[in-house]
Amino acid sequence: MYVVIVGGGKVGLNLARELIRKRQEVTLVEGHRSAYLKIEQELEHAVQYGDGTELWVLERAGIARADLVVAVTGDDEDNILICQVAKEKYLCERIIARCNNPRNLTHFKLLGIQPAVSATDLILNLIEHEVPGHGLVHLLDLPDEKLEIIEVEVTEGAPAVGRTVADVELPDGSLIISVLPRGGGGFVPKGDTVINIGDEVLVVLDPGLEEDITSQFAPNGAGG
Amino acid sequence: MMVLIVGAGRVGSAVAKSSLAAGHTVSVLDEDPLSHERLDAGQAGQDISWEEAGGRFTVGTAIEIDALVAAGVEEADVFIAATRGDNTNILVAQVAKKRYGVERVIVRVLDPARSDWYAKQGLHTVCAVKLGIQMFEDAVAQNGSV
Repeated sequence: MYVVIVGGGKVGLNLARELIRKRQEVTLVEGHRSAYLKIEQELEHAVQYGDGTELWVLERAGIARADLVVAVTGDDEDNILICQVAKEKYLCERIIARCNNPRNLTHFKLLGIQPAVSATDLILNLIEHEVPGHGLVHLLDLPDEKLEIIEVEVTEGAPAVGRTVADVELPDGSLIISVLPRGGGGFVPKGDTVINIGDEVLVVLDPGLEEDITSQFAPNGAGG
Repeated sequence: MMVLIVGAGRVGSAVAKSSLAAGHTVSVLDEDPLSHERLDAGQAGQDISWEEAGGRFTVGTAIEIDALVAAGVEEADVFIAATRGDNTNILVAQVAKKRYGVERVIVRVLDPARSDWYAKQGLHTVCAVKLGIQMFEDAVAQNGSV
């Protein structure tokens, strides 16, 4: 596999190292001269100097035959445009972009730059999973399959409290797949399983139904 | 017509002032509050500010949706991306066009190669570098023939 990586910061350099260790062919492109000179001592011919958003730099790096282009600079607009030309001009089949500011994810989506990896979002998801009292947690997002799995903690006063799984009013396109009681121990629920305050409920759903589901289990938002 | 200009540098502020003088509604977005001074300077009637002359100015980063909306991207008929960064310009131009459906989007791109390619993709690019190269080449050719 031939991989072009743009951006020789911590992410890009370590990616290049690991891929080379796995015997993949890699070219790393770095636009700051001092960083380039430092990397060049280690990676030698596998690193090139230049602004990775310029077409001739990408062409020199062999983008036309790349199986994968990874854009991991510190600038989201650069990462978006690198991936856009990789995909649309050089017809590279696989791209991966780094999203530095999660508020820019909407731009990545708008221009079809997927997958966009946001370290902030990854860590935030972990925090929300670890820290109790955040009403809803995304456990799994599969945008291509249009499928999500969320976890929601049942709060006091929620319509679902005291009801059985069969009786909870959920929108079409959603299904309760597990009810985890507060005391621990998860199980696959049956139709007559009763939902109690503090239970964690796992629901599989079509994207966009989150609000209809939280209104049943945690109508006041975060539980804590 | 409502004209939104992102980037109040030499290019952006000059186009902003001429558009305002031509009778359009003009809104300018720039991340540097001081760039406002460039808009004030040389207003017709001398001592009046950009706002007094009827212009709008918003401080904000071009690629932030909130800033674009505050500057009026939803009402814009013409969108001009004229910051100093090619990549910022090309990105916000596509956001204006694809997300907000702005009818006329004009982008300043310094890099001739990408100016050409994005023009083929349907963006209205303006490349000052290309014009400059052409003028130099013409001047060289003229001198050579003397």
